[in-house]
Amino acid sequence: MTEIKLATSNVEVRENRLGSIANYIGDVQNLHDCARCGTLRDRGNCFTQANSCANIEALVISLARIRNVAIINHGPRGCVANAALPYAFNRAMETAQFPNRTVYIGTDMRESDTVFGAVESLRETARETVRRYQPEALFISNTCTSAIIGEDIDALVDELKGELRIPIAAVHCEGFRSKIWATGFDVADHAVLTSGIIQPPRETRRVINFKNFRESERSRITEMFAELDVTPQFLYCGSDVEQLSHLSESLATVTICDTLGTYLGNVLEQQYGVPYVRTISPLGVTGFETWFREVARLAGREEKAEAYIQRQREIYLPQIEEIKKDFQDVECAIGMGPGFTFEISRVLQELGFKVIHGISWHFDSSYDHGGEPESLRYLAENGANFPFTVSDNQNHEQSHILKNAQPEIYFTRHPGSSVWAVKLGIPSLFVSDEYAFFGYARLLQTAKTIRDTLKNRSFVNALSAHVKTPYTDWWYAQNRQDFMKEVL
Amino acid sequence: MAAILDQPRSKCALAAIQTAQAIPGVLPILHAGPGCAYKLVGNRGTSGRFAANVFPCTNVGESEIVFGGEEKLRENIQSALKVIDADLYMVFTGCTTEIVGDDVQQIVESYADEVKPVLYVSAPGFKGSNYLGYEWVLEALIRQYMQDAPAVRQGLVNIWGGVPFQDPSAVNDLRVLESLIAKLGFQPNTIFGNGRGVNNVNIVPAAEYNVLVSPWAGLSTMKLLKERFGTPFFHYPVRPVGAVETSAFLRAFARFASVDAALVEPVIASEEDRFYYYLEQWADSFLEETVTSQHFSIAADAYTALGIAKFLVNNMGFIPEMQFITDDPPEEYREAISKYFSDNVSGIPMPILFEDDGYQIKETMKRLDYVDKPLIIGSFYEKQVAAELRGSYLETAWPVVERRIIVSSYVGYDGGLRLLEDLTSPAVKTEGRMVYF
Repeated sequence: MTEIKLATSNVEVRENRLGSIANYIGDVQNLHDCARCGTLRDRGNCFTQANSCANIEALVISLARIRNVAIINHGPRGCVANAALPYAFNRAMETAQFPNRTVYIGTDMRESDTVFGAVESLRETARETVRRYQPEALFISNTCTSAIIGEDIDALVDELKGELRIPIAAVHCEGFRSKIWATGFDVADHAVLTSGIIQPPRETRRVINFKNFRESERSRITEMFAELDVTPQFLYCGSDVEQLSHLSESLATVTICDTLGTYLGNVLEQQYGVPYVRTISPLGVTGFETWFREVARLAGREEKAEAYIQRQREIYLPQIEEIKKDFQDVECAIGMGPGFTFEISRVLQELGFKVIHGISWHFDSSYDHGGEPESLRYLAENGANFPFTVSDNQNHEQSHILKNAQPEIYFTRHPGSSVWAVKLGIPSLFVSDEYAFFGYARLLQTAKTIRDTLKNRSFVNALSAHVKTPYTDWWYAQNRQDFMKEVL
Repeated sequence: MAAILDQPRSKCALAAIQTAQAIPGVLPILHAGPGCAYKLVGNRGTSGRFAANVFPCTNVGESEIVFGGEEKLRENIQSALKVIDADLYMVFTGCTTEIVGDDVQQIVESYADEVKPVLYVSAPGFKGSNYLGYEWVLEALIRQYMQDAPAVRQGLVNIWGGVPFQDPSAVNDLRVLESLIAKLGFQPNTIFGNGRGVNNVNIVPAAEYNVLVSPWAGLSTMKLLKERFGTPFFHYPVRPVGAVETSAFLRAFARFASVDAALVEPVIASEEDRFYYYLEQWADSFLEETVTSQHFSIAADAYTALGIAKFLVNNMGFIPEMQFITDDPPEEYREAISKYFSDNVSGIPMPILFEDDGYQIKETMKRLDYVDKPLIIGSFYEKQVAAELRGSYLETAWPVVERRIIVSSYVGYDGGLRLLEDLTSPAVKTEGRMVYF
């Protein structure tokens, strides 16, 4: 179990905390063995391409989704070049029930600021932001530039807490800190935990904390949970400071993605005794039933869950069985964050696909409870094995793998990844919705979409016939292992 | 000095990787943080051959901050030359590596003997915006790559316009400007967009003239080209939208290049005939929907705002309220820019504010008297104030989030008509399958 340090504003990066790595070439069984024995060492790569950073994941993908707060990202203007996205996202998610006036602000650090510092300007920006928008909480974050020059955002946060009278937290998410951008998720959780937003429990409420990204299944999950007499509290979009203040009083925490949920879930369990559900995730039939039964057990409503499962099975299983016939032994590859790569590989195998290569953007040897990811354990112990690569969304590696393995379809998440399979003439399904394989109905719906993706290849054929790969033939003929190198 | 940055309308200098990206065959190599390219390029309409996730990047981490990143950069350039098939490689330094002080120039110079050129651009984000970074990329090409031409090629004209990707249709605008210049008997040369590339960069020094269509961005490049190759330049500050301005542009260039009026006037007459044929057809709608005489504000960079404002005021009878210039032009250009806005054939001056703070723009707009429902033109951020003022709204300045600009341009005669299509179509809005990240 990792040690939780809520007294400091900073959370240990994943490579130190969870033994996370960003480079690996091998297979599922070997990865499982190495993770269990603790022999997994990260390696370097002689060639790297641009990817993402913890700053993006902590702010735009996490904290900026909380309703009615302000984020101040302290750095040069490029660090908030994507500032429109949280506004666009929040407008798209907004409903009459959940209006959102969250703002995402920069500080426009200039050259002289890198010499003389800009904490005073940052203080003024914080005051002005609160004056303009009256946020319910304020998050002040570091970028590479402000962190290198040693801006003391912790001291500023301490001062402002007294002055502004709202929860405030420092967010240490400078991009160079961690090679694993998923560290940004933990930094965001840590900021919520240290901001003073979450209050110690005064009662237990029949609420289940649900850590996810885009909550496309909000209404279905709300109905499903109602059968267990519990209410979901989705995190972070749709949640506001008042709702977050009660997280410690919930019956349990669940997540759609262990990579996303591990830190908050485990801290709430360790600090406040809120159980964190660590089953395989509710994707596919097996995953859903395993997960839902555990949720029902914690809610004390096992019988109701069984009744729900029976009803759903009767409606959907015959249809799912029927469509599975289209997928028997169809060869596929998958590239996603580690949680989804393992979970969705499991589901694809359940549908009849043959997974011929898995790629995950990083790999966590353990999660914050100290154990191996359940998603990998389940795969490995159920005999699954296929070639596996850990590569941080490295386009040249994905292209190499796809060109040489020639799967019939490539499943991927994360912007900019699906198009490259299509350019190589391989149909690709962009699984941006984390609920694409959730439960019975969405599994069936997505199975139909997969069928359609395989059915009409006109776009794939037309585009791939008219584009030129950025890579040399030399690269496609290389052994990728030769580019790996030992690092200290 | 640092200050509140609320709804930014430009990016940092490192976003000049997009200027490089707009020249086919040119590959940016970043010596910068892992998330820089993703933040600066985004993922809408950017999956061309050299997309952001193809860019080599040293993904600077803690060890490069502490021990320096020169070795990692060498390794990455070395590999990039073998792995990626580009015509020209351009190494960009970001904030981190500039602060740490890696000697990138010396590393890049060590590749001077490579078959493919490797250039170097210092573009830390704290040094300025991408409007400046755009010129630094051109400067690198001029100083580190371009060779003196053996002779001037008569009739060859380089055309320079808006900042690629920052002005969402800058590259499309160049296509129109090329065809306009070609109508006067010249051979246009541009370096950005489909079918262009390093071959076009190669002949820049041989041109008879450079033409810059932009209020200020690009001016130092024109001066540098003149200094380096002796090429005279023609500066036309207004992006010509619609008949009045486009005809003025053609006449002005013809005067500059001593083109016979007998050649120019028939071209203008035929283009105007076409433009006014359509304007006549649709004049009923514009008049009966009281589109003309509508009061408007634009919040955009000088390039976008000036061109559209001139068209509305000098060609279409609109009434200007305050215009907001968001690209923070250097002080030395500001007086001239104000004059471009005030000096109108319609005799109606346009007040402007140099303002890039979204909150101030919004609050100022709310205090203006637009008489009736206003027309608000700007970025995604102006959507909200347009709705509050119950006005009509066109999203055409960065950041553009909810519109797709693929091949269209507002430049030229047809461009003016295209703008009218976008401005006056009763809003047909359907919920798209937008996915945001």
